[in-house]
Amino acid sequence: MKACLMLRRLCAFALIWQLILSPVMAQDESDTPLQDVLQTVQSEVANPSRGTVPAVLQALMAADAPGTVDFLRTWSDREVYERPADGLFFYATAEGSSLTLIDIDTGAEVATVTSRDVSQIRPNAGVRREIGASLVAFELTHPDADRRMAALASAARSPDPDQLPAIRAARAEEEDSAIAARMDRLIALLVARYDQDSTTRVEAIGALRGDVSTPARSVLNQLLATRADFAETLPEDVNIARIKTPGEDISLSAAYAVLVGADLAPAAPGRNAIRDALRANVVDGQVGGVPVHQLDNDADRIAAYQALEDAGIVPPLVTEADVADAVSQYVFFDAYLEPDAAVTTAAEAARSSTSLRVSGYQFLSLSLDALSLASIFFLAAIGLAITFGVMRVINMAHGEFIMMGAYTGYVVQTIIPNYTASLAVALPLAFAVTFLAGVVMERLVIRHLYTRPLETLLATFGISIALQQLAKNIFGTQARPVTAPDWLAGAIQINDLVSVAAVRVGIFVMAALFLLLLLYILNRTRLGLEVRAVTQNPGMAASMGINPDRINMLTFGLGSGIAGVAGVAIGLVAQVTSEMGANYIVQSFMTVVVGGVGSVFGTLAGAALIGSLQKGIEWFNPANTLAAQTFMVLFIILFIQFRPKGIVALKGRAAGD
Amino acid sequence: MTIMTSPETITPRRSFLRDNPSVLWFMGLLGLFTLIVTLLSEGMGMGVISTNLVKILGMTLCLCLIAIAMDVVWGYCGILSLGHFAFFGLGGYAIGMWLMYARTEIVIRDSLGRGAIPPTEREVSEGVASQIFGVVGSSELPLIWSFAGSLPAQLALVVLVPGVLALVFGWLAFRSRVTGVYLSILTQAMTLALSLYLFQNDTGLRGNNGLSGLQNIPGALEVPQAVISVWFFWASALALGLGYLLFAWVVSGKFGSVIRAIRDNEARVRFLGYNVEGYKLFVFTLTAVVAGIAGALYYPQAGIINPAEIAPIASIYLAVWVAIGGRGRLYGAVIGAAFVSLLSSWLTGGGAPNVDLGLFRIVWTDWWLVLLGLGFVAVTLFFPKGIGGLFDYLVRKQP
Repeated sequence: MKACLMLRRLCAFALIWQLILSPVMAQDESDTPLQDVLQTVQSEVANPSRGTVPAVLQALMAADAPGTVDFLRTWSDREVYERPADGLFFYATAEGSSLTLIDIDTGAEVATVTSRDVSQIRPNAGVRREIGASLVAFELTHPDADRRMAALASAARSPDPDQLPAIRAARAEEEDSAIAARMDRLIALLVARYDQDSTTRVEAIGALRGDVSTPARSVLNQLLATRADFAETLPEDVNIARIKTPGEDISLSAAYAVLVGADLAPAAPGRNAIRDALRANVVDGQVGGVPVHQLDNDADRIAAYQALEDAGIVPPLVTEADVADAVSQYVFFDAYLEPDAAVTTAAEAARSSTSLRVSGYQFLSLSLDALSLASIFFLAAIGLAITFGVMRVINMAHGEFIMMGAYTGYVVQTIIPNYTASLAVALPLAFAVTFLAGVVMERLVIRHLYTRPLETLLATFGISIALQQLAKNIFGTQARPVTAPDWLAGAIQINDLVSVAAVRVGIFVMAALFLLLLLYILNRTRLGLEVRAVTQNPGMAASMGINPDRINMLTFGLGSGIAGVAGVAIGLVAQVTSEMGANYIVQSFMTVVVGGVGSVFGTLAGAALIGSLQKGIEWFNPANTLAAQTFMVLFIILFIQFRPKGIVALKGRAAGD
Repeated sequence: MTIMTSPETITPRRSFLRDNPSVLWFMGLLGLFTLIVTLLSEGMGMGVISTNLVKILGMTLCLCLIAIAMDVVWGYCGILSLGHFAFFGLGGYAIGMWLMYARTEIVIRDSLGRGAIPPTEREVSEGVASQIFGVVGSSELPLIWSFAGSLPAQLALVVLVPGVLALVFGWLAFRSRVTGVYLSILTQAMTLALSLYLFQNDTGLRGNNGLSGLQNIPGALEVPQAVISVWFFWASALALGLGYLLFAWVVSGKFGSVIRAIRDNEARVRFLGYNVEGYKLFVFTLTAVVAGIAGALYYPQAGIINPAEIAPIASIYLAVWVAIGGRGRLYGAVIGAAFVSLLSSWLTGGGAPNVDLGLFRIVWTDWWLVLLGLGFVAVTLFFPKGIGGLFDYLVRKQP
């Protein structure tokens, strides 16, 4: 299905390309201004009637001046004005009682007049239907394949039986197989919904089986719409969807409420009604012989109420037996709005066979979401995988490096207005800035604390607090955007159920690139070799001529620099605030710890696990992302109980213990 | 009875107080401070110290209490817990539920009692529920509020909720030998999970609205806040005194030696046959309970509690206080907590004058955290003993 759609899109692209390249096709719109064409049928346009409209439409279609379609739409919407003085037509924008006339061809503002100077053209309902049908026909036979596709999409959004002949006519002439298939589907939709003949409809419904597009599913849902009803005996002439047994499918009180609503049973006084009745009937400190001070419990209140009821002052109580008795006299059921049982049976069958595919696509969509979230977590954590995973330095200011990267992206965008160029500048710049910050931090603070890991944690906390407040002082508390360039702004639509934002695909690609880059650096370069040597045994590495101080500094800088680049990427999907780093820091550590400290693949596995877990929990409870995060953290805590070394546990000398 | 040759009689046992002269010093100073504050307070004395300041001082005493708990678990036992402020918050929530429920119940009974007939118990509890939970769009009393009407039950929860949570979490963590920075991160994750949980509207603790109006004490609604503030100051001082005594006793003697040994070399203590997990679990749970009690005293003075109080950053600040004050000595934690939190509220409250450097103006509300962060780095790097380390110079002359 997916591949097929891709193919179609490719075909469409190829077609457009042809249109642009071929000079013959490019001349499909004549150069005659629309106003001139309209003047040839001036009186018919100004006073449209069902009889004259076909001639006007024919003339307009034949001339095919630019803007014809817009004109027809506006005309049909009663927003075209005629200036009686010279008989010209205009669009207009209204401001109070004055109108600004707009030239039909150029779109320029011509004059400002009062509404008395021009007459609004008001086609009646019949004319408008005629225009609508011919609009569809016109668009559906347009040489531009894109236009035909758009027309089909809009027709599918607001299905109308009047469109059927036009679509059938267009289908007969359609040569593009992708568009023809779409037309077939639209025809099936319209037939299933509106045709008179039962067997034709059942056939058309059969064609909708497995069609996961929104219009197809909404047609099925409309066909299967039900209303709740009840009767003394089950009626014969109604298409019953299901019978509801009181007490099982419908609660007794709800069923009773339906009867009360239909005036077939007396309303049951609730607790509030009883209280109000008692309040209204206090006589000499007593209600129905019960002293007022005893009325602080339900039993005594009911006794007092019954006394009032016996005196005939208040409506009678309704006991549960009364309710059950009243309800048992009726049958409660749901009936299809569609009277034809054959149609609803076919639609039910089609819907249930579609729903399996729908859930398949929903799962795919969820998986893509999870993948995208996982790649964000991975980007946030990958720098940490170096500083914490490889060097075993707890850098609590890692989140602030992400923030610094994101703010770098923001600042660059304020200087370079072109988003693509600014992104190209921001990525390396963010790396440079945070690389430098990391190196400075390593030299000034962390170097002195290599033997005291807990205190590294504390000192970097201090730096994190300071950096956060510093960012707040410089940029304020307001969230700043990093805007994605246009080519990253849209979404990649696979079908009506599955779509991915392009920027998320970008982030995924970036995460994959970083994974490869990091693996390359660590496993294939001199620096990587020295890094691994220094982390495993600094003394031995030093005696082999490696300078551990320099390597530690560079490694820390590399990890921090990657955090900065990740910050730019994260800034594209999240708001940039001074606290954004703090939001990622715990999750990043979790990612590294769950994945397995010291392994880049572990971080990847950790990010995948945490991302899919969070999306999975969110799916169970979509309204509450906070709950998802809570359960995820709890899961991680439990997970570490059972696999303290993470998913990918290092073994042997590299494990460091 | 003849004198037996038990070890106690051979080497005469020195008294606990003589071994720990700082306890007497601390008790004396705390008593003196309490007396001075009472005499100068608005509610009971000359009115030099405003009610608000009495509350701030009382709250600071509670922070000192949780700081010594943190000091015991971190400075003495070597577990850098980033979850103790969560226990503090849980204690606050437990007492806050009673304060809020009981006060709302009084108001509801009063308004329903004005009707022609007395309210039923069900009407009262429904009225209370819709009053408390209207703000999160609910009118049902959640299950966890079942005991909110009873003061003894909620007081028990102040101890039980943090205690049981710490027991379960600690048992899970210590039995799988999670230590060092991993344990810190794990406790931080626990705190994060808890605060995220409390932030939800449907978990029954009013989401990010938190519990409010806690300064009004049911049963003492007529008493002016000026007097109540002094009562709470006394209670906080008493709790701090008792807590100090308790922890000083815990960390002295053989038990104290074992937990310090665990801090310095856990594996060696285990090889000597000690049940390291048991010791750690005991310390972790005990300090969590004390943290809960401190929270239960703190929040009635603060008047409001919300999930932001429990966020991981609060527990980090706790570690900052203890580190600045000086780890491994109880008075150090008290000094750190009092010094940093008072300085912080002075500087961020706008009380401190801004410094004009000509080109640049230091606005303390903006720069205090930068200063704190950098100061903290400096303390970690250059003064690992913190402010408390200064006392070493005073007592060094003695043998």
